[in-house]
Amino acid sequence: MSERSANGQALFEAKSLRKVFPGVVANDDVSFAVGAGEVHALLGENGAGKSTLVKMIYGLLRPDGGEMRLRGAPYAPARPGEARAAGIGMVFQHFSLFEALTVAENVALGMNDAPRARALDARIREVSEAYGLPLDPGRRVGELSVGERQRIEIVRALLQAPRLLIMDEPTSVLTPSEAETLFGTLRTLAEEGVSILYISHKLEEIRALCSAATILRGGKVSGRCDPRAETARSLAEMMIGRALAAPKATDWKPGAARLSVEKLTLPSAEPFGVTLRSLDLTLRAGDVLGVAGVAGNGQDELVAALSGETRTRPEAIRLGGAPIGGLGPEARRALGLSVAPEERLGHAAAPDMSLSENTILTARGRAGLASRGFLRKAAAEGFANRIVTEFGVRTAGVSHAARSLSGGNLQKFVVGREILQKPDVLIAAQPTWGVDAGAAETIRGAIRSLAAGGAAVMVISQDLDELMEISTLLSVISEGRLSFPVPVADITVEQIALLMGGGARAEADADA
Amino acid sequence: MLELVARKEASRFMLWLTPALAVVLTMLSGLALFALLGKDPFEAVRVIFVEPLLDPFSRTELLVKGAPLVLIAIGLSFGFRAGIWNIGAEGQFTIGALTAGAVALAFWNVEGIWLLPLMALAGAAGGAAWAMIPAWLRIRFNANEILVSLMLVYVAELLLSAMVGGPLRDPDGFNFPESRMFHDSATLPIIIEGSRAHVGALAALGAVVIAYVLLHRHLFGFEVRLFGQAPRAARFAGFREARLVAACLGLSGALAGLAGMFEASGPVGQLVPALPSGYGFTAIIVAFLGRLHPVGILLAGAVMALTYIGGETAQMAMNLPAAAINVFQGMLLFFLLGIDVLVNYRIRLRRAL
Repeated sequence: MSERSANGQALFEAKSLRKVFPGVVANDDVSFAVGAGEVHALLGENGAGKSTLVKMIYGLLRPDGGEMRLRGAPYAPARPGEARAAGIGMVFQHFSLFEALTVAENVALGMNDAPRARALDARIREVSEAYGLPLDPGRRVGELSVGERQRIEIVRALLQAPRLLIMDEPTSVLTPSEAETLFGTLRTLAEEGVSILYISHKLEEIRALCSAATILRGGKVSGRCDPRAETARSLAEMMIGRALAAPKATDWKPGAARLSVEKLTLPSAEPFGVTLRSLDLTLRAGDVLGVAGVAGNGQDELVAALSGETRTRPEAIRLGGAPIGGLGPEARRALGLSVAPEERLGHAAAPDMSLSENTILTARGRAGLASRGFLRKAAAEGFANRIVTEFGVRTAGVSHAARSLSGGNLQKFVVGREILQKPDVLIAAQPTWGVDAGAAETIRGAIRSLAAGGAAVMVISQDLDELMEISTLLSVISEGRLSFPVPVADITVEQIALLMGGGARAEADADA
Repeated sequence: MLELVARKEASRFMLWLTPALAVVLTMLSGLALFALLGKDPFEAVRVIFVEPLLDPFSRTELLVKGAPLVLIAIGLSFGFRAGIWNIGAEGQFTIGALTAGAVALAFWNVEGIWLLPLMALAGAAGGAAWAMIPAWLRIRFNANEILVSLMLVYVAELLLSAMVGGPLRDPDGFNFPESRMFHDSATLPIIIEGSRAHVGALAALGAVVIAYVLLHRHLFGFEVRLFGQAPRAARFAGFREARLVAACLGLSGALAGLAGMFEASGPVGQLVPALPSGYGFTAIIVAFLGRLHPVGILLAGAVMALTYIGGETAQMAMNLPAAAINVFQGMLLFFLLGIDVLVNYRIRLRRAL
């Protein structure tokens, strides 16, 4: 194993780290070591616990158990400033930069003790030239490209002369040529003895860059390897688990088409968004279509297009044959299309409103919670109580604010609110994310029986085990493309790994 | 060491205690302010807060000052709840007075009970139309409504000056920039004999009731609250932002315009350049002091009217500068915003590490 460098001493070591959040064990017994000058990959699906792990190393979170060592000495940073002082730098996936300030001013803001302006300008030029990261300290950040902005974060980290540099999915925002430049920089750094902890789920770049890898799955270490000696497929298998759950036997007889999407192309409206490319799909009565894929591959955009928050060509989306692409969310709900978004607080529910007020959000039409513009408060309270009873939502009462509920309970409430309206089509995004096992089973059971009752369901999730368990069909979304749905009984790990690695288009073309 | 700890839910108790606390803190700072000015501080506070309540005429004046404040603040409260910041109620007030006054002057010498309703309609429409300018600019170009509505205040005031100095000038007025005095049919009926209290006070009370129903029993109020708390959830629920921006600005503009009409056809009785006297700005304080709640706004309007009248008395009786009263009103908003943190956080004592 390449855990130790030439001098035999690991630079950084984590031993049995554990971190528990309410309802989830984010890290459990995580141990790994990074040698000096080593580029070490931290590989795993979203939700595998990578971010929690590096946040503990960078002093943003405190571990609940286990210990960390830096150069052999115990290391327990209470805040990022201590981590930086100890020689650990971090470049986040989403930058924290002020657009109205200059590069140098932004750099100064993130340093423990920033030098004077002129000296800092010189240092920035020096470091940026030494590592091939061209950057003008006097430019305003607002004028810079995403790649240039990332350079600011990297230079800021490098000015502190770190011994360990943590990079959180650095290439997710870069163009391929920008990524190549970045790799060059990272290799130079490694040659100088700086260790790099590289977080990603892009298998090819890990094989090209890293000399050691720790693979996380469900908060635990599921494998260690030298990625140069592995194939993308073997890495994917370690990441998503070799043994997939066997699909539940269902007497699945799909009925008439409920929802169809035809050549849906939607350019991204947001700077970090994904463009949907020529999506085609048909949901029939009784179908549960599982959409797998790593987060940020177009899931949010797809849900927004289906819910009506983003309008499309009317003919691009049809509900029972009628074009609905130009309709808003409430009109679509009236026609029988319900959506349970991923983000519970602030999107699916209003945090400061009571549970009974939150029913009015989506059920005012179908459950008759408003008439002629006036709210029917008693009806809303009754509907909220029905959700609480039928879905076992633990709350002191429906007059309490949504944000007082735990994540899992609120999720049961959100999914329950849509299911009790008896929609013809239900789109559920990450329905069991962060939910404990019992609640997850309740939600899955409700989704299954909704489909058995003749509705069509789409479940978007990153939990493959879950998708294998509840879906009848499986499809993978990657870079805004959706693969052709395959019955789960016929699918293999190899196929999924291939699709998640960006082969969706090829697969779809081959099947078409 | 003091530490702020987030509450799980907003404290309802603190929600209503903080405005009272802000009033108390303002009084305390007022004592210090007046002492620094070399006045007897306790006498000043007595003149401002107690004296107006003892004098019968001053009591009716509370209605005269309070009515426009409450009316405007009710309108503003909808937008403020939804995160739509109409800072230009003063301008909409001015345009409302101008359009209503133009109607009054157009029918000068024509008797009829239809004239006042027509003026009210014109005032509300004028104020709403003026508020539609920032609304349209925000919807179309994403222009900041705070700046646009505020700048339009000065445009409105200059427009009023130009009109009373030109087309609406009193032909028998020796070229003074003033309109004719409105005739009886264009003057608001008085509700308390021997005072200046007019039907505008009843309208303000009606607005409070309607606003309460709208806010807590109607889908529009739900939409407003939802947009303010969770805009993404509101879009998911199927509410359209552009419609809400237009509705909130239109509503606050209409009520401000109506208040302008009341002012012109009530206490003032004509159009003069000095007609806008800061009600539109003070109403912002009233709206926040009243927690954006209709009943709270009613109470806050009364408190603020008290400082207006007491302030005028203090100017006359104690030679307090007019600016001291403005500072006083400003402090009220300052303290309110400052201690607002207690609604969502509680203070915990922590030993230094």
